[in-house]
Amino acid sequence: MPRVAIDVLLKREILDPEGRAVADALPGLGYAGVDDVRVGKHLELDVDADGDALDERVESMCRDFLTNPVIESYRWRVIDEHERADA
Amino acid sequence: MRIGVVTFPGSLDERDARAAVRACGGEAVELWHADASVDGVDAVVLPGGFSHGDYLRTGAIAHRAPVMTAVTAFAEAGGPVLGICNGFQVLCEAGLLPGALLRNEGLRFVCRDVPLTVVATDTAWTRAFTVGQTLIVPAKHGEGRYHADEATLDHLEAEDRVVVRYAAGRNPNGSARDIAGITNERRNVVGVMPHPEHAVDDALIGGVDGRGFFQSVLGTLDPTGA
Repeated sequence: MPRVAIDVLLKREILDPEGRAVADALPGLGYAGVDDVRVGKHLELDVDADGDALDERVESMCRDFLTNPVIESYRWRVIDEHERADA
Repeated sequence: MRIGVVTFPGSLDERDARAAVRACGGEAVELWHADASVDGVDAVVLPGGFSHGDYLRTGAIAHRAPVMTAVTAFAEAGGPVLGICNGFQVLCEAGLLPGALLRNEGLRFVCRDVPLTVVATDTAWTRAFTVGQTLIVPAKHGEGRYHADEATLDHLEAEDRVVVRYAAGRNPNGSARDIAGITNERRNVVGVMPHPEHAVDDALIGGVDGRGFFQSVLGTLDPTGA
């Protein structure tokens, strides 16, 4: 069953106060030269579909429920076992 | 008049909402998220709280509850619906109101009385007020920053659908154009971020400015709150 990874961020024009707070904290920790921090969500799920059916199912889930198109944008891809973020 | 108050798992303010309904002369009816109908009520309140732990997004899981199918049909038939705080978030997720509520600009959870200015009084829930009136109502939220794109904001203002604004200079969360509450095109559905149901009993925390929302829908127009 394909494993799907979905990355979700607030749209670029929307203020992300969490990202800003992280950006503000980094210099004090010795990490200079970092800017434009955005904090979002990473989802992973097994989806029992392939090809076009997989595309349709994932796009539909993202639009209807997993993301809110009013405020968020997303990208998704099929990943291999070794690419899982939960290692 | 029977007013249904929906409880989702994680709702917090359904008891206060029911008490507010009763304090203003209505009959409060308990509705549960898994109910298939709104039990023939005359109006519906979606209360504040943290339905489903705010998981995924605030209101995102609650708006898929069985009762919301009935609430949506009720609203589309012209039935009065008030969403307070998390209820406002649920209405936005459900598409019954435009826009969304985001993390407060200052990242702090806001818990204090806020002054609101009444902007529109021709809605099911604000008839008892006068335009320009100031209301003191408690706010308590971490994700109350109203957002919609500029075209939607212009549209809302052109149609006089901003119902209440935070008073000038008193916007607690960075909401676009100081918006604290809006209504739909038909003006029967209202979402408001602060909590009128907490401001109905002068002996409790002081102030009765929230009464007007419930009196409006109950038709017991008594702006003095007596």
